[in-house]
Amino acid sequence: MRAAVLLFPGSNADIEMVQTLRDVMGMATEVVWHRDRALPTGTDLVAIPGGFSYGDYLRCGAISASSPIIAAIREHAERGGFVIGVCNGFQILTETKLLPGALTRNAHLRFECRDIYVRVESEGPFSTRVGDVLRLPIAHAEGCYFADETTLAQIEDKVALRYCTQNGEVTPDANPNGSVQNIAGIYGGPERNVLGLMPHPERMSETLHGGRDGRQLFEAVSRAITTRSTAA
Amino acid sequence: MKATVYVRLKAEVLDPQGDAVRRALGTMGFDDIKNVRIGKLIELELGNAGSGDESSVRSALEKAANELLANPVIEDYEITFGE
Repeated sequence: MRAAVLLFPGSNADIEMVQTLRDVMGMATEVVWHRDRALPTGTDLVAIPGGFSYGDYLRCGAISASSPIIAAIREHAERGGFVIGVCNGFQILTETKLLPGALTRNAHLRFECRDIYVRVESEGPFSTRVGDVLRLPIAHAEGCYFADETTLAQIEDKVALRYCTQNGEVTPDANPNGSVQNIAGIYGGPERNVLGLMPHPERMSETLHGGRDGRQLFEAVSRAITTRSTAA
Repeated sequence: MKATVYVRLKAEVLDPQGDAVRRALGTMGFDDIKNVRIGKLIELELGNAGSGDESSVRSALEKAANELLANPVIEDYEITFGE
């Protein structure tokens, strides 16, 4: 099982992503520089880590979306290859239009750095069971998900995660950033193979992190990769 | 030739920055300012491409604005020409 972690100038959550994929999940993991034009042969999973790529200039993720490597990511995603974008990685995926909507300044303007809860809203390669509640860390100032009414109606079944209380209730108080409909993560791609989310599952993947809820997303996609290669 | 691209948040997009500025203005005594929206002004200095006819320059810049300078999901833009 092979993973590629993209690295942009200003990425800062790449090390924990590499560690989770390589050491926790046992995937052969390579770091791919944004100027590269191709993914390593046989890449099953592309991970776009968090950070402040290009210093968040213009808009978060906007400059990265025109990086040379993006064409290869688009191709990988369009033929059903798995992609996960975390935090700034989610912003990059919306800026490339691989995922719908946009991420804007948190409604209260504060940088949020704490653990929150999300509820698994739909099935997909990164999903555990629908209804599961996961405790995951967030660390962002621009995680307020926005999409217009028409888009929201179209993506209703693509919502992967919603901010919720510890008991799984989706309430305004459980929403840390003002995201429309408490959306914390969405699926895209032809086979729901692309996931973007603001919380950092790679920072909750080992007991030492204070929990292993995040690991479940990687375990799920790992099963999806195995299923696919068995079927092939 | 110079082109200016004005980028504004769409009306339905929350502008918490604008709200904070409005509140700050209120505490300074500018209490008749009812709403503040913050956008961006991007100045472009065009090379030889700018000497073409305005409509082809405009369509090139619209592509630039749609694909990079603005995010059409949340922002509208307006392009003006002039020194």
